[in-house]
Amino acid sequence: MNEQPAPRSDGLAAAFWSLANPGRFMQYSAAMLPWLAAITAALMAYGLYKGIFVAPADYQQGESMRIMYIHVPAAWMAMGVYSMMTLSALGTLVWRHPLADVSQKAAAPIGATFTALCLMTGSLWGKPTWGTWWEWDARMTSVLVLLLIYFGIIALWRAIDEPLRAARAVAIMTLVGAVNLPIIKFSVDWWNTLHQPASVFRRGGPTIHPAMLEPLLVMGLAFALLFGCLQIVRMQAEIINRRADRLALRQATGEA
Amino acid sequence: MIRVLVAILVRELRLAARIGAGVELGIMFFLILISVMPFALGPDQKLLSRLAPAILWIAALLATLLGLDRLLQADEEDGVIDEMLLSACPLEVIVFAKALAHWLVTGLPLALLAPLLGVMLAIAPAAMLPLALALLIGTPALTFIGLIGAALTVTLRRGGLLLSVLVMPLTVPTLIFGVAVVREAAEGRSFATPLSLLTGISLIALVVSPIAAAAALRLTRG
Repeated sequence: MNEQPAPRSDGLAAAFWSLANPGRFMQYSAAMLPWLAAITAALMAYGLYKGIFVAPADYQQGESMRIMYIHVPAAWMAMGVYSMMTLSALGTLVWRHPLADVSQKAAAPIGATFTALCLMTGSLWGKPTWGTWWEWDARMTSVLVLLLIYFGIIALWRAIDEPLRAARAVAIMTLVGAVNLPIIKFSVDWWNTLHQPASVFRRGGPTIHPAMLEPLLVMGLAFALLFGCLQIVRMQAEIINRRADRLALRQATGEA
Repeated sequence: MIRVLVAILVRELRLAARIGAGVELGIMFFLILISVMPFALGPDQKLLSRLAPAILWIAALLATLLGLDRLLQADEEDGVIDEMLLSACPLEVIVFAKALAHWLVTGLPLALLAPLLGVMLAIAPAAMLPLALALLIGTPALTFIGLIGAALTVTLRRGGLLLSVLVMPLTVPTLIFGVAVVREAAEGRSFATPLSLLTGISLIALVVSPIAAAAALRLTRG
């Protein structure tokens, strides 16, 4: 593993590395957060309104299919957050970006929550439409495994005291666990199961009606922004925590 | 490099035998586990024969996980890992040898004994050899996936439970295809597909896990 800093020539890389300064990150993120939160709330309100009151009910499933507007975005985020953590893991191991492990640590419980939300809404949706709360079908099982991997990662964070060592251990675990992502994505295509195949992001365009697609995409965006807000708050908390730890340590060792 | 690999293999096997954790103990563990099952499930032959592949695979998983937390920890405590890090031989090869030794005393005896244990659990005769074959091919995957967990938890005082939490979700595909081989064979169908997938998982684990475990040892210690 080489320790050379990445080149800082082009604009994106420069921005990426200027955020490596936790102080600057705190400054930017604090300025951004209220706007982000406002946009998230507006989008979520609009998406929920459209989804619950405006979009037509399904001709087969009736009103129960409206849970899709929570279930599907939660599922997207369950995998999206893990993908983000995988990138952060690379950030920790390869680029040694100082905020990568903060981001990884902040994201894990949020991702686990989205995954649990996805499983629970899926279960609630499954009862009226499939007649079962739970089935050991490939999609459900692989999402459950994703939740277990999230739990493992959170447990590993808690088990190792020193942040830097914990970060590296978690980064390796995250990369290893990433094999599950393609399995989840393609489980509905590889195995012929109860869960329906992809209907939004598929070759040949979405098979879902535009009147339903619009609130779904709005909710997807709202969930993504919600994750952004929560992530920023949690990262700020983690940075402040670490500063407090360092201060306490300095006081304890008697340095000024 | 081959010499180092063989030396470590011999050392591990000798150590296992001397602290009473050799092949015999592994065999005893399986015998006891298999004998307990009919008491828990009732001696119904039909039920047992349906559950047998699952029981044997769970036995393999448990046996693998039980010893894994000591696989690297014992060496961590007496400083051998530090010497391994300094060794001219790549750390990947060393951890590979250690995992291989662990498999030789847990996975291999189970695979070889599987036909015998299978008789006790009333497995269909046609599925007996496929069962042994599947265990022979699949148990290395369990050991090597576990090796990653062992490396990640090496510095923890009580890493055993955490190791299981980390490793078990990753072993799900191995179990799926391992059990599928036996099920297909018992019903007289071709089991080539699950067996190929199982082989693929094992081969990937053999390559990826020593790299991940060595990285974990290099990066997470002190």
